[in-house]
Amino acid sequence: MENFDIRKQGPNLIVWALLLTLPLWINYVSYTQLGTQIVAMALGAMALNFLLGYTGVLSFGHAAYFGLGAYGAGMTIRYLMPSTGAGIIVGTLAGMLAAMLIGPLIVRLRGVYFAMVTIAFGQVFYFIAFRWNGVTGGDDGLTNWKRMPIDLGFTTLHIESQATTFYYFVLAVFAISVGIMAFLLRSPFGRTLIAIRENERRTRFLGINVNRHIWISWVISCTFMALAGSLNALLNNFVDPRAFFWRQSGVFVIMCVMGGMRSFWGPLVGAAIFIWLQDELSSMTANWQSFVGLVFVVVVLFFPRGVLGILRRKATE
Amino acid sequence: MSFLEIDNVSKHFGSLVAVDGVSMKVEKGELRAVIGPNGAGKPTFFNLITGMLSLTKGRITLEGQDLAGVDPSQRVGLGMARTFQITEIFPDLTVRENIRIPVEIQAGLSMSPFMPKAMRAPISARVDELLEAGGLTRIANRLAGELSHGDQRATEIMMSIALKPRLLLLDEPTAGMGDDETYAVARLIRRIHKDQGLTIVLIEHDMRVVFNLADRITVLAEGRPLAEGTPQDITENATVQAAYLGGEA
Repeated sequence: MENFDIRKQGPNLIVWALLLTLPLWINYVSYTQLGTQIVAMALGAMALNFLLGYTGVLSFGHAAYFGLGAYGAGMTIRYLMPSTGAGIIVGTLAGMLAAMLIGPLIVRLRGVYFAMVTIAFGQVFYFIAFRWNGVTGGDDGLTNWKRMPIDLGFTTLHIESQATTFYYFVLAVFAISVGIMAFLLRSPFGRTLIAIRENERRTRFLGINVNRHIWISWVISCTFMALAGSLNALLNNFVDPRAFFWRQSGVFVIMCVMGGMRSFWGPLVGAAIFIWLQDELSSMTANWQSFVGLVFVVVVLFFPRGVLGILRRKATE
Repeated sequence: MSFLEIDNVSKHFGSLVAVDGVSMKVEKGELRAVIGPNGAGKPTFFNLITGMLSLTKGRITLEGQDLAGVDPSQRVGLGMARTFQITEIFPDLTVRENIRIPVEIQAGLSMSPFMPKAMRAPISARVDELLEAGGLTRIANRLAGELSHGDQRATEIMMSIALKPRLLLLDEPTAGMGDDETYAVARLIRRIHKDQGLTIVLIEHDMRVVFNLADRITVLAEGRPLAEGTPQDITENATVQAAYLGGEA
């Protein structure tokens, strides 16, 4: 470790310390499964933010890849082979493949046009999942499958019965994924993406094929989103077509904006706030969404750079 | 054969003829200024060279290579770097990062998912060198968006130099600047021109800048070539004085 700077590493240390010790304290405020859900959804939000916060491209259709990961995992375990690992791999690859194919059709578009077309593609998947009853279970969702224990050879992870084991399994996948994203963002390739976010015209006139770079960023983002979808489906042992619905895409955008798109951990904070609020409020009132919406409006009005954005500004002042 | 040859180019927008049969030959290592009163068609002419606009008629070649059908970003790949009248930089990044990005691109790393160990030292040495040459070392760690107009322009020029271009195209480099800033930017342009023997074509409104900087000047008026020569030739040219200098004095 060259130049270990405690001020720069501080946020990383706090985040990892909280996540690693989560099963020890979560029961005072909530329960382990909620922690698992936060980590899985945070991976999705951070995957979206790779594109949104670091490439400057707003997708409003990432639910398509979240849903592909979820159905890919569930259908693999139900129809192909009862293996958690196979489910995750197939789900993630399904999302990646779809992103690779859809990408070239949309990377020429910018701004609201890009967002609209991503929604449209997401809705196509939604209607397929909704209508194709025999295979997807239609509106009732895909049932009759569950996550399976993972045999590592020397030991077996009983993720199907032990909530804490499953939490650490999801956390390990999360750690590897966000580690890869952080590494890419600090590479020359990642800096080119940030350059596109900052000034697309300038980047083009530095000789960069901007559309190709956005396509690659899009595929990376959608792949990790699909991985998050498969983890979330494994958590619930269930998936229904709403995973594809555009409102689900909106939830990920809200998480990024609420936590702060310009900070690496912002979407994690946004996911934690959103899911915890949803859990607490939905047990009190059927109108919980109005309250989540109110919190979102307050954050956007008073902390335009998200919760972490305001913390960072305080730190530099 | 000249380095940059512009042969009888025209640009029509519908019935409007913005550029009408202009020819210009720029030699390697030359600093050429293109001037003209308002409505002379300077921006249009400039954008025909950068490829932002397509030619209606004529031909442009760079070291013999025809640029027809070569789009603007491909022209960058051929060694034509440019700056914009309204500065185009990365506002939320530091000056050092603004310079570092084109240095990495020039080194062919824009697709690289990691920084090769052997490249680390040469890349940061090159960034430092460019910061120094642009007079940006003291503000290297400030956000580019917070700088003065002149420092932003210097950053943008050094970003273009980082690409090691064969031809640098400057679109009104001192537009909207005060005297001190104009002077600083003009000095920077002269320095990179002298130090690196770089071929530069600039269009400019500010006459003082042009007469002190340029090796040769091309004067446009109403989209047509009016005169061409050394700064001294142009000052003494009666037609130019009537059309332009006289009009301003």
